[in-house]
Amino acid sequence: MEATLRIGARHDNGLCKLRIEGELTIYNALQIRDGLLEHLASSQDVEVDLGGVSEMDTAGFQLLLAAKREGARLGKTVRYVSHSPAALEVIDLYNMAAQFGDPLLISARQ
Amino acid sequence: MSMDQALQTYIEESHGLLEEMEAILLRLENEPQDDETVNAMFRAAHTIKGSAGLFGLDAIVAFTHVVENVLEEVRDGALSVDGELVELLLECRDHIGLLIAVVAESGGALDAAQTAAGEALAGRLRARRGGAPAHAAGVPAIHESPVAASGGGPVEGDCWHLSIAFGHEVLKNGMDPISFIRYLSTIGDIVSLAIDDSELPGLEEMDPEACYLSYSIEFRSEADKQTIEDVFEFVREDCRLRIFPPPSHLAAFVERLEHASGNTDMLGQLLIEAGILTGHELETALRAQDSMAAGDTGTRPPIGEVLVRDGLVQKEVVDVALEKQRQIRDHKAQEARFVRVSAEKLDELINLVGELVIAGAGASLLARRSGDAALHEANSAVANLVEEIRDGALKLRMVEIGETFNRFQRVVRDMSRELGKDIGLEIGGADTELDKTVVEKIGDPLMHLVRNAMDHGIEAVEARVAAGKPAKGTLRLNAYHDSGSIVIEVADDGGGLKKEKILRKAIERGIVGPGQNLSDSEICNLVFEAGFSTAEQVSNLSGRGVGMDVVKRNIQALRGSVDIESAEGRGTTVRIRLPLTLAIIDGFLVGVGKSSFVVPLDMVLECIELSEADRQIAAARSYVNLRGEVLPFVRLRDEFEIKAPPGKRENIVVVQYGGQKAGFVVDELLGEFQTVIKPLGSVFRHLKSISGSTILGTGEVALILDVPALLQLGVARDAQRLVRET
Repeated sequence: MEATLRIGARHDNGLCKLRIEGELTIYNALQIRDGLLEHLASSQDVEVDLGGVSEMDTAGFQLLLAAKREGARLGKTVRYVSHSPAALEVIDLYNMAAQFGDPLLISARQ
Repeated sequence: MSMDQALQTYIEESHGLLEEMEAILLRLENEPQDDETVNAMFRAAHTIKGSAGLFGLDAIVAFTHVVENVLEEVRDGALSVDGELVELLLECRDHIGLLIAVVAESGGALDAAQTAAGEALAGRLRARRGGAPAHAAGVPAIHESPVAASGGGPVEGDCWHLSIAFGHEVLKNGMDPISFIRYLSTIGDIVSLAIDDSELPGLEEMDPEACYLSYSIEFRSEADKQTIEDVFEFVREDCRLRIFPPPSHLAAFVERLEHASGNTDMLGQLLIEAGILTGHELETALRAQDSMAAGDTGTRPPIGEVLVRDGLVQKEVVDVALEKQRQIRDHKAQEARFVRVSAEKLDELINLVGELVIAGAGASLLARRSGDAALHEANSAVANLVEEIRDGALKLRMVEIGETFNRFQRVVRDMSRELGKDIGLEIGGADTELDKTVVEKIGDPLMHLVRNAMDHGIEAVEARVAAGKPAKGTLRLNAYHDSGSIVIEVADDGGGLKKEKILRKAIERGIVGPGQNLSDSEICNLVFEAGFSTAEQVSNLSGRGVGMDVVKRNIQALRGSVDIESAEGRGTTVRIRLPLTLAIIDGFLVGVGKSSFVVPLDMVLECIELSEADRQIAAARSYVNLRGEVLPFVRLRDEFEIKAPPGKRENIVVVQYGGQKAGFVVDELLGEFQTVIKPLGSVFRHLKSISGSTILGTGEVALILDVPALLQLGVARDAQRLVRET
């Protein structure tokens, strides 16, 4: 399995738009965590585009959860948008769509 | 085991249980608060019902079911025990006994009257049940679905509840909880899943590759607990998994527990067998138990407690399992204590041992004659062993008399109600042992004596109070061993025998002559004469004129004797004396001329030589002076009309029986001799003074003397002579 990952960031008026491209899994967990931390520190709000997530596992899911909680702790907003089917499936399985509180497309499975 | 055999076992078991029930009920009457007692009763009824179900004996199931319901309420405290209920339950117990006798043993059905009686009982039982909704008339349905109440559509309550806390290392080990949850969904429906992220640290502090999540899952599935646990097999060591069964499974668990095979009596294994606990859970709990034992308190909590505390098993289930465990243990204990052997095999063994004893005696004799010391010694070693084997074999047949005595608890209770008297039964010497055949045959005579004592012996309450006695009469059954016999006493503290009346009646009937002078004990023993009944009132229980003489005959047929002792106004004691066994006796061999006789050794007191001086005197009368005591004797030579002239010397064997001493005059004393009693043929049935025969080692026949009969004969002859002389 090739661990490919790209995190693209665009800053726009205190809002940081991140796009995760590739696998949101344990293989990249460290890298993603550092990326998230970095951007969260420098911006007021973070919007993470999950459209490019090709695969996601519990480690990845856990990261999203932790980032969201971190944001709340710092009084910042962390939002996830444009979930890819792979991401949706995990969030769905974990029954966490509501907790993520983001606009979420109805998953194709249902 | 074939079905027939199984049924036979069931019938035997049921008889045992019924006896137990009766004992319990009688106990319950005195101690209504004893939970253990009620429980035991419930179990007995439950076992009878359950096994009857196996054999499709629906009539038994239906009736016992009603009884069980009532007992259940008693057990749960919804119903209190009083005399009336005990009475009713005793009747029910009898009805179950009838059902087993008719339905199970002979495969028939109750007749109309019996059925009606059963329904009446069932009706009364139902009436006793407090708040329970009354069933429709007739016998209720046999099969009640235990889970009927939980029916209806699938609801949340029908779900398994899984709680999983994954270890931190799970992800690093290449395992993803997602895959387990996906797998889980293949064996059932995940109704809901909640993630607990309270363990999750901040983004910066967390190890992104560690797992911090716990899950709680509501899961609907037909799978059993083990299957569900197996889903997590690969992470089993790396997670904390708890599986809680759906509430509706509770009833199913209880049922499965109740039908557990009984192969194990370990609580944990029982729960595993019933599918309630998984092996892994048990191991965890056992480890927890160990660590608790090693902890501060140092006490090891019962595994059931640990399981409940950790929420692995519900308390109700553990209670049922404990109950089952106890049942299995009880059963095992019983199995371990007793081996069922058919009486036939035992008899065969005893017979063989008898032959062995005879053959052994033959060998000893030859050994002695050969004069070979080594052979003689070897032979006596064998003889010792044979003796031990004989004793052991006879002991196999020995049973305690307590069981027979206990049967009278019910008789006394029922009869005292019927007679309107207040009578208590005291039992003594219940552990006294005697031969099973003797026990079987003693039941009827005992029953008669007990009834007699209650009916005629113990007075009505008013009469007792007037006589200054306690209102409650006492009947006492006692047993003890006394010189090779067992003595059974039936004693009452009633009015005693009225000797004048007995004497008057005896004279009336011509049993004794008007001028005869009888001792008190002779008068008392007149009641054993045929056709003698002094009861002024003939009740339906006893006093019909058949009785004491039959009792005496029955006891004599067992080579026993019966004796009555009575103090007017204070009570009567009937003493039955029986040989311990009917098969083998230790004898004392004596010779008269060329004939040999055996005197039962335990009646022999001593042997003395009949001196020349005594011989002179003894020719004229039949008693000698034994250390200042008058010792009457019987000359066996005369008694058995042996023609051979007397030897140079004669000896007296002093015997004692029932407090009476006497001597037998014989030629030779041949020593102790173990012997097997061969009953005499029916041709010799009327022969008094001989109780049997035996074969000597030489092949000769020796007669076994019936000491009591000989003594009586001697006494009677003396009496006659006295009458003649006066």
